[in-house]
Amino acid sequence: MIQVEDIHKSFGDTHVLKGITTSFEQGKTNLVIGQSGSGKTVFLKCLLGLFEPEKGQICYNGQFYSELSISERRDLRQEMGMVFQGSALFDSMTVEGNVMFPLEMFTKQSRAEMQDRVDFVLERVNLVDAHKKFPSEISGGMKKRVAIARAIVMNPKYLFCDEPNSGLDPKTAILIDNLIQEITREYNITTVINTHDMNSVMEIGEKIIFLKNGFKEWEGTNKEIFKTDNEAVTNFVYSSELFKKVRQMYIEERN
Amino acid sequence: MQYSYFYQMNYLEAIGRYFIMVWEVFKKPTKWPIMRSLILKEIDELIFGSLGIIIFISFFIGGVVTIQTALNLNSPLIPKSLIGFATRQSVILEFAPTFTSIIMAGKVGSYITSSIGTMKVTEQIDALEVMGVNSLNYLVFPKIIAMLMYPFAVALAMYVGIFGGWIAGAFGGYAPSGEFVKGLQLDFIPFHVTYAFIKTVVFAFIIATIPSYHGFYMKGGALEVGKASTTSFVWTSVVIIILNYILTQLLLG
Repeated sequence: MIQVEDIHKSFGDTHVLKGITTSFEQGKTNLVIGQSGSGKTVFLKCLLGLFEPEKGQICYNGQFYSELSISERRDLRQEMGMVFQGSALFDSMTVEGNVMFPLEMFTKQSRAEMQDRVDFVLERVNLVDAHKKFPSEISGGMKKRVAIARAIVMNPKYLFCDEPNSGLDPKTAILIDNLIQEITREYNITTVINTHDMNSVMEIGEKIIFLKNGFKEWEGTNKEIFKTDNEAVTNFVYSSELFKKVRQMYIEERN
Repeated sequence: MQYSYFYQMNYLEAIGRYFIMVWEVFKKPTKWPIMRSLILKEIDELIFGSLGIIIFISFFIGGVVTIQTALNLNSPLIPKSLIGFATRQSVILEFAPTFTSIIMAGKVGSYITSSIGTMKVTEQIDALEVMGVNSLNYLVFPKIIAMLMYPFAVALAMYVGIFGGWIAGAFGGYAPSGEFVKGLQLDFIPFHVTYAFIKTVVFAFIIATIPSYHGFYMKGGALEVGKASTTSFVWTSVVIIILNYILTQLLLG
């Protein structure tokens, strides 16, 4: 579980996060949504420890990040997996090399043990024939799956995803969403996903927080987001005519 | 006035950040088996990959130095052996260590900046940091160690440069072979070679770290990677030229 208490983050004169308080539960897919520039990526980087908030606390299963020593922070980071927006695979390594990298860096496993683990996670993300391929030789969807495999290879307690299905076709995007949700439940991970994708919001958003101009404007579940009267949320989520009609139908059906 | 002040502050900030980066490079080392393979890869990329251009340039520079010296020594009172002497001194003292380093700042430096810069732009450095890897140690330390091989490349440049001079002198009709070789052996001071290698080691460190700094701290996208490569070449060259002056004053002055 991750608890966030009143975090503030600025860059120069720009106050990006303005006192966000929330919590992310274990075994659930938690979504952070909001317009571009609302502070989602900065918020995620604060959760990852890449940015240090000027004020406020982030607590990981009872451990306050700001109170940890450098080596404790390093240990905590090894419990985190991250899927970057552009996958961030290492160009010079094969798919197998990318997934094996954290094991080589931080474990004392034998080559055979590492190979077994890599085979297992690649199979788990449905990538069985891509071991020896380089990132430049695989599709965007496959890159995301490799990134997920690399993120879960160390059995993380926390999984962070920055727009995991941006740039993917709708079918592949749903596959990635479902994969993340399955992994979250299977390994009982605390998953936090930054997304713009409304399909993801509706399908896997067990908890959703909506950021606007650095503030937490709303939080709830994918069921509650249908009913909310918050104008900022409805304007953002139901920005397309199709979604407006879907919402209208839902409300009429309920009435 | 205020603009100038902020401009100076930016330079001071950059210099401070460079030294902090160098300090960070040596902290929290990567596991040795991984580091060993990274070092070997960098030696292949940075040193062996540059030998072709170093040999090519040194050969022709040595030849040109010989021709220029010969054309400027018209007096019959000056012995032809002086051509060999001047070529040796020019190549060992300046052309091999300094000129080759400027070339390396362009070739190796731009490679380092663009490779690290691309990793920055594509969030690969963030990925390393999230995993708990000291990205500066992982990326820059192998380059510094690989560049310790650079004096061998400069030694090769010295030999090839002098060989190029001998070819130009002997076969171009500027200095008989015997006279040229006699000049090469004239008043040889071994410390001049030591001086050249001291400079080379310092330049090697500069060539590995300044381009790394420009790649690591760049901001923006693909266009900025190109700009960072150009900036890194300019600053690496400037620092090499300044340090060349300081080291020459300190060691030979």
